[in-house]
Amino acid sequence: MNTEIDLARRKALKAGGGIGLFALFGALGLLRPGMAFADWNKTAFSAKTMDEALTAMGVATPENNAVFIQLTVPEIAENGAIVPVKVASTLLNVEQISILVDKNPNVLAANFIFPAGTESMVTTRVKMGQTCNVVALVKADGKFYRTSKEVKVTAGGCGG
Amino acid sequence: MDMNRREFLQLLAIASAGGFLLKNSESYAATDAARMYQLPGYGNVSLLHITDSHAQLNPMYFREPEINLGVGTTNGQPPHLVGAALLKRFGIRPGTPEAHAFTCLNFTEAARNYGKVGGFAHLATLVKQIRAARPGALLLDGGDTWQGSGLALWSKGQDMIEACLELGVDIMTTHFECMYGAQRIKEAEEGVLRGKLEIVAQNVKTTDFGDPVFKPYVIREINTVPVAIIGQAFPYSTIANPRYFVPDWSYGIQEENLQLTIDEARKKGAQVVVLLSHNGMDVDLKLASRVSGLDAILGGHTHDGIPTPVPVKNRGGITLVTNAGSNGKFLGVLDFDVKAGKVAGFRYKLLPVFANLLQADASMTALIQRLRAPHEGKLTEKLASTDGLLYRRGNFNGSFDQLILDALMKEKDAPIAFSPGFRWGTSLLPGSAITMEDVLNQTAITYPYTTLTEMTGAQIKTVLEDVGDNLFNPDPYYQQGGDMVRVGGLEYTCEPGAVMGKRIQDMRLHGKPLEASKTYKVAGWAPVSEAARDKGGEPIWDLVARHLRNEKIVKVSAPNVPKLKGVAGNPGMV
Repeated sequence: MNTEIDLARRKALKAGGGIGLFALFGALGLLRPGMAFADWNKTAFSAKTMDEALTAMGVATPENNAVFIQLTVPEIAENGAIVPVKVASTLLNVEQISILVDKNPNVLAANFIFPAGTESMVTTRVKMGQTCNVVALVKADGKFYRTSKEVKVTAGGCGG
Repeated sequence: MDMNRREFLQLLAIASAGGFLLKNSESYAATDAARMYQLPGYGNVSLLHITDSHAQLNPMYFREPEINLGVGTTNGQPPHLVGAALLKRFGIRPGTPEAHAFTCLNFTEAARNYGKVGGFAHLATLVKQIRAARPGALLLDGGDTWQGSGLALWSKGQDMIEACLELGVDIMTTHFECMYGAQRIKEAEEGVLRGKLEIVAQNVKTTDFGDPVFKPYVIREINTVPVAIIGQAFPYSTIANPRYFVPDWSYGIQEENLQLTIDEARKKGAQVVVLLSHNGMDVDLKLASRVSGLDAILGGHTHDGIPTPVPVKNRGGITLVTNAGSNGKFLGVLDFDVKAGKVAGFRYKLLPVFANLLQADASMTALIQRLRAPHEGKLTEKLASTDGLLYRRGNFNGSFDQLILDALMKEKDAPIAFSPGFRWGTSLLPGSAITMEDVLNQTAITYPYTTLTEMTGAQIKTVLEDVGDNLFNPDPYYQQGGDMVRVGGLEYTCEPGAVMGKRIQDMRLHGKPLEASKTYKVAGWAPVSEAARDKGGEPIWDLVARHLRNEKIVKVSAPNVPKLKGVAGNPGMV
């Protein structure tokens, strides 16, 4: 929110260069090759429908709960190939946050495992082929919660 | 002639106004000007608002829509009221200059009576007059200011920058300004505008780290009251317009960030918080119901001239939502009475700018003449004349767009043509010359390429459904604020209240149903893709100019509009 600090940070990062930046992340242990694959659930990631994906993840009927899950997505995607998605939760003991895209060929787009004591917030980008619901699924204290929002993918043009 | 009593009375009012004008135009103008523009000051915080002037430096004609349909909950609500329904809702007497300013009723006659509207020299006089009774007032510009004319296009908005500085604009937000490229707007912000005119937008961030591109807001003191002006750029700048002009910037409505910004401004001591918005009125109305802490949203983009603000309830209280029309036709004046750190009362007036009722400001006139001088010859070249009224505004088509479609189909030898549903573009009265300037007033964009595409019937339907949903989606957050793509050659039925995929029905070419798998040649312009840019394509204004030089006299025919279903009785149409 503080413009001057943000701009200063931006200039410093630019001066540092791209390679330096990734090296820094590496040094802090934020990016460890293979880390993301530790709990690879092949069946869930291959699922073609929402029901299949949920079944493969062992979810019976998740409780709809928009109050404890904040899902931030654009109403209309600027670029369907990289749609920013942010999921945060105020639930205690979050173990897992998953992002599912209703009409994608493979419905499960991302699955994040949260070690105890981690801030329950993720932000990433997903690819979307067409207008549909993006679902945020949160597992906390062994129980599943979900919320969803529609993201429109449009051909564009003709505004104004 | 069938005429009910009401229509007869309306006609009588116009006839008497016209007669009066002929006999005694001087005193008529003086009385009207006094009545309309003597606006006593109120309270201690005043904000003046212009928006979507679309680079119209000189007075012009601008016909308001005869069709602006609301669907679902917006049916019958502002801004989806036109003609007599609008007059009734806002208590405006038919046959008055105000009725002419806010509606399309008896447009040609009334336009001849009351003369041209807008023009920065006339606007400048009005701004000075209104400011004189409001010390410390800020002048806010909602954007779409640097685009819409040949002059603005050739100077990349420099003419409008100079005119806005001369006018005394304090703060602005953006839409088409960004379509000269990210570099151009940043260079202006950090150069010629620095210290004079601030660009604000809370909803434009870099695509990499999400850093703010512009200041989200500024706080200014007006008569010792701290007032925050938050900016809201057009959220769909990279979707409705080419992304390649601002590849590293991301837009969107950003409701969550707006709430944080409002809260921050309040925490810093702002006693009045206003959003200067280019969302479009439907989006602003929804937004006002979902965020708290805004005293007003001064809106633009959808070009709705709405005489009084719409009060919207939310968990923090009430937010006033306005929309100030387009093309320099109006000046919005919002006065707040701030007592003990809070807004205790307000007055709002949307003043129409009648060039005949306001003397041109001398120094603005001189500036406009200097800006135009090098291009005067090119701008005033007469290409043809028109035997009928040429206009654009309306949900489905206008006669000026029909002219563009006819030119495209003929010059590209295509049976079908598409033209974008822009809401800017001036009107020409019957018998007028059509100059190069007039053509550029309809077409001056930085992606003017004409195209010829082979499309299947199925693809044509997809495009129409897609654009139809940008206009008629019942959730305003999914609307983009333009009108329906104008369609030449192809006939169809449209059911605005249906769901996406079901709105476009019975598409026919020369009476025969369109075949889903058959390919058709479709001419168009204003493509948003990089591929279309790289391909080039003759600029639309050159194609239309060539067509006009050949035609010499344009015979205006009824524009091709779809048959409408399910909208009987909708007050969003005349």
